[in-house]
Amino acid sequence: MVKVDGSGGQSSLIQVRDLDKTYRRGGEEIDVLQGLNLDVEAGEFVAFMGPSGSGKSTLLNLLGGLDVPTRGHITVAGDEITHMSGGRLTQWRARHVGFIFQMYNLIPVLTAFQNVELPLLLTKLSKAERRAHVEMALGVVGLSDRMHHFPRQLSGGQEQRVTIARAIVSDPTFLLCDEPTGDLDRKSADDVMTIIEELVGRHHKTVLMVTHDPVVAARASSILHLDKGVLVEGKHASQLTGTGGIA
Amino acid sequence: MKFARIIFANLSRKKVRLLLTIGSFAVALFLFAFLYVVNDAFQRGADVAGADRLVIINRTSIINPIPLSYRDKILRIPGVKVITHNNWFGAIYKDEKNFFPQFVIDPENQRQVFPELLVPDDQWNAFVKDRQGAIVGARTAERFGWKIGDRVPLMSTIWGGGNWEFNVYGIYHGKRPQDDDTQFWLQWDYFQEHVPERIKGQVGWYVLRLDSPDDAVRVSKAIDAEFANSPFETKTETESAFAANWVKQFGNIKFLIITIGTVVFLTLLLVTGNTMAISVRERTPELAVFKAIGYSDRAVLFFVLAESLIIALIGGTIGLLLSMVAVPALAKGLNGLLPPLVLSPSTLVLGLLLAMLVGLISGMLPGLTAMHMRVVNALRRV
Repeated sequence: MVKVDGSGGQSSLIQVRDLDKTYRRGGEEIDVLQGLNLDVEAGEFVAFMGPSGSGKSTLLNLLGGLDVPTRGHITVAGDEITHMSGGRLTQWRARHVGFIFQMYNLIPVLTAFQNVELPLLLTKLSKAERRAHVEMALGVVGLSDRMHHFPRQLSGGQEQRVTIARAIVSDPTFLLCDEPTGDLDRKSADDVMTIIEELVGRHHKTVLMVTHDPVVAARASSILHLDKGVLVEGKHASQLTGTGGIA
Repeated sequence: MKFARIIFANLSRKKVRLLLTIGSFAVALFLFAFLYVVNDAFQRGADVAGADRLVIINRTSIINPIPLSYRDKILRIPGVKVITHNNWFGAIYKDEKNFFPQFVIDPENQRQVFPELLVPDDQWNAFVKDRQGAIVGARTAERFGWKIGDRVPLMSTIWGGGNWEFNVYGIYHGKRPQDDDTQFWLQWDYFQEHVPERIKGQVGWYVLRLDSPDDAVRVSKAIDAEFANSPFETKTETESAFAANWVKQFGNIKFLIITIGTVVFLTLLLVTGNTMAISVRERTPELAVFKAIGYSDRAVLFFVLAESLIIALIGGTIGLLLSMVAVPALAKGLNGLLPPLVLSPSTLVLGLLLAMLVGLISGMLPGLTAMHMRVVNALRRV
């Protein structure tokens, strides 16, 4: 069960302790995250909600090793990542993190297959092994028949599914989703969320997701609310659907 | 290589821009090769000159003659091995446009002084037996379709005018590609028979070979001292110095060519640097994705540099291939107005290395920018 009071044990997959993130803008210091604690168990699906500027994306970037905190520690699967060098952090990301972005961020000149293959090019897998992994990942997201299409030949929902395939192809420790449905219509958003739920339910993936959409957040097993840099436990998914969302 | 597909896919995303950039390289490298061979042709006189050869001209100017009687006096100076003399003939074959250099030679010593210009013995022996004999450089013979046994009329414009007729007995070839094989040689005796009385017994210049190149300075000074304060003072210098001074008459060709070449390459650098910078800036979020999913900073730098190097290599190769076609055609068209234009393999290699250097530099700045960009900031640009 996800915890935000720092009481989680060593068994947590993700452990965040006393995390601060301060930005300096025009000589002024802005505290984005303040003394944040978080414990996430393996296989959990956590949604982060909060108003714009509350620090949701900053937290996701810190958890994904894309940014470094001002203070505090982040430990993932026993690896303390806050003091890793840039090079080690890059290697760590390749091994442990799958990113799903709001704008898909596919490489337009590569086919769906080639986009999904990108993380595997960094491994020692043979061409045949890479092919098998890519075909499997595209199969999971239901795009086996679109693998040789370029992003411009796919719909927004299909593009996001390719992004998901790219995120899972190297079997990372956890997935970070930044507004994965923010640019999709309701139907496509629903399809994408179904896939993410399957990744958690069937494939036991750990997923951390930032979203503004309470309907999307309701699909997560836990919802955390960020406001003014402080993390608080939100209402459970089952409570959200009836209340019309988190204020 | 498993990353080749990514690099080539990125290269082909803006095809017009790619073609224009490759075209810039091609034009620049074509110009480089062209300028290089022209400069080389002008400078080569000094390079191909025999280290053991001295040229003696009239101190006032090369157009002023020197007496033939100097020959024996020069030969007596210790260190002089063999000496020959030449005059510029400067006649016209049918039309003024048909220029080729013609020299009056001393058949007795010509081959000893210029051993690199090869004439078969049987041809040479036939030539010396006939005062109206002529030896023609292979390129000039080919140009006018002359062959051994042909009779060639030349209209003299300097030596009393009139038609001079020659019998072609031999074709000479240069030992090396850069040797001049456009000359036409006629005999001193025939020349002497036909020139006006006031010109008889005067040579245009002497060329001598030394026992040792180490004697060059001493012998030069001795010759000039021998004829100091005479009506025909001499100026003696090594053949390479003579060739270099000859080129200087045209102006500072080397400086001019280096300046043009530098401007061309700096312009190319700015054009390609700007193109690569735009290309990388457009792809900043994509490069950020590469870094986010585990590609190292060096890998991103590698992608950018590989792209600019491939553009440079393709463009450079096209330019140099074009020059391989154009330079021989130009050389043929010049018909001996310039020394032979030779596009050597070393020039092609140098051109390719220069293209790659420009490619490397132009890709370096945007590559380093991409390498050092922060993923978080770059992803926000989407």
